[in-house]
Amino acid sequence: MASVGASREPAGTSKHPPAHGDLEDIELSLLLEGVFRQYGFDFREYAPASLRRRVWRRVFAEGLQTISALQDKLLHDPACMERLLLDLSINVTAMFRDPAFYLAFREKVVPILRTYPFTRIWVAGCSTGEEVYSLAILLEEEQVYDRARIYATDINESVLDRARSGVFPLDKMREYTQNYIKGGGTRAFSEYYLAKYDGAQFQRSLIENVVFAQHNLVSDHSFNEFNVIICRNVMIYFDRTLQERVHRLFFDSLVTFGVLGLGHKESIRFSPHEAGYEELDPSEKLYRKVG
Amino acid sequence: MYDLVCIGASWGGLKAIGQVLADLPAELDLPIAIAQHRHPDSPEGTLAQLLQAQTNRPVLDVEDKMAIEPRHVYIAPPNYHLLVERGSFALSVDERIQFARPSIDVLFETAAHAYGSGVIGIILTGANDDGAHGLARIKRVGGVAVIQDPLGAARRTMPDAAIAATVADAILPLDAIGKFIYGLWVQPATVREVTKA
Repeated sequence: MASVGASREPAGTSKHPPAHGDLEDIELSLLLEGVFRQYGFDFREYAPASLRRRVWRRVFAEGLQTISALQDKLLHDPACMERLLLDLSINVTAMFRDPAFYLAFREKVVPILRTYPFTRIWVAGCSTGEEVYSLAILLEEEQVYDRARIYATDINESVLDRARSGVFPLDKMREYTQNYIKGGGTRAFSEYYLAKYDGAQFQRSLIENVVFAQHNLVSDHSFNEFNVIICRNVMIYFDRTLQERVHRLFFDSLVTFGVLGLGHKESIRFSPHEAGYEELDPSEKLYRKVG
Repeated sequence: MYDLVCIGASWGGLKAIGQVLADLPAELDLPIAIAQHRHPDSPEGTLAQLLQAQTNRPVLDVEDKMAIEPRHVYIAPPNYHLLVERGSFALSVDERIQFARPSIDVLFETAAHAYGSGVIGIILTGANDDGAHGLARIKRVGGVAVIQDPLGAARRTMPDAAIAATVADAILPLDAIGKFIYGLWVQPATVREVTKA
């Protein structure tokens, strides 16, 4: 294996970690073990490739050179841990991301929701809340929001604060408006927010029926019974074992005929309960619990 | 022995990738992973269908945790990064890197970590410098770096950037790349010795 010194990467672009695979794997697993034992956050079953990239990003952002150095800093400095937690728990998302999913939700899930007097929806791993507001808008337009409650959970409390604030970057509104229209939106998207400074403040009424709460998919149990669970592009950051466990949690938390919505490229095949679901919309990864 | 071929392309990539795939003899059984820049809204599957017309190998849009199997061609889905673990793929929706998701650098760097010297990285046509870092990484862990000759590329920025970032094992016109990969697969040691000299 080539040594670090043999690198020919141009100077000034060293945001890329040196290659020294095995040692790096040791350092990473020691760091994760330390984080778990000191702070209780368990990232040991996260998918290693993207976890490694995010940890390296934090190493460089802290002005450090190695994962071991980050471990040292983390263990003695809770503020540094908080920053890593943010790196590891923010999932980049957008309002009405994958508009076809929202279109399918309107056409195939809403009719099911209309048959219930009251609906509980869990958005698991809601991050900064883009999906939650999108869903609230959709339910409002379909006139089922009044009898719905959305439980929006994330591992990270400061991410939840941002979600609660309902302020999103103004320069994203063009993209979100296009998504909204493609996702079957029936009004002018700008009705839902007020532009102020560089932020778009979304209507508070959209989160009237939303409960934001901290919940850790890795370690926490189910906390209710749901008609719908949406968890899109969250489990891609987990390894197979953890994915299986979270799938079990979702299955146990869904009512019979409850709906599970996953990301475009996520598969129910890794659920131990695959046979307990039928496809509601296979390309939009909407499944219905039948078992 | 090689484990994985990674191809990165951007502007003009569809045609270029199609030709490389078409030129690979049927008996070559390496898995091939492709990051081709696409519009985030491009319909899923289209690229796979177009490439499928050029090859008898199974061409698939990657789903999360899909196993890496011999002879298969794997495409990074639009709006996701494609990452390599040992034996399987992973996906992420992390920030775009230099405006790109999928990012070629992410594919190449994670492949280098997972398979070290077992990776063959190929940079084709493109109008940005994505992939240059990744190819340098592949090279640094003992893998093979192949770059399309900028002279014949639809856009030469990407091959030029890759050439500047690392010492390529081969800089070849498009129609010679398939043959070169086949040569490596048939006779890894010999070719490596020649190019190392």
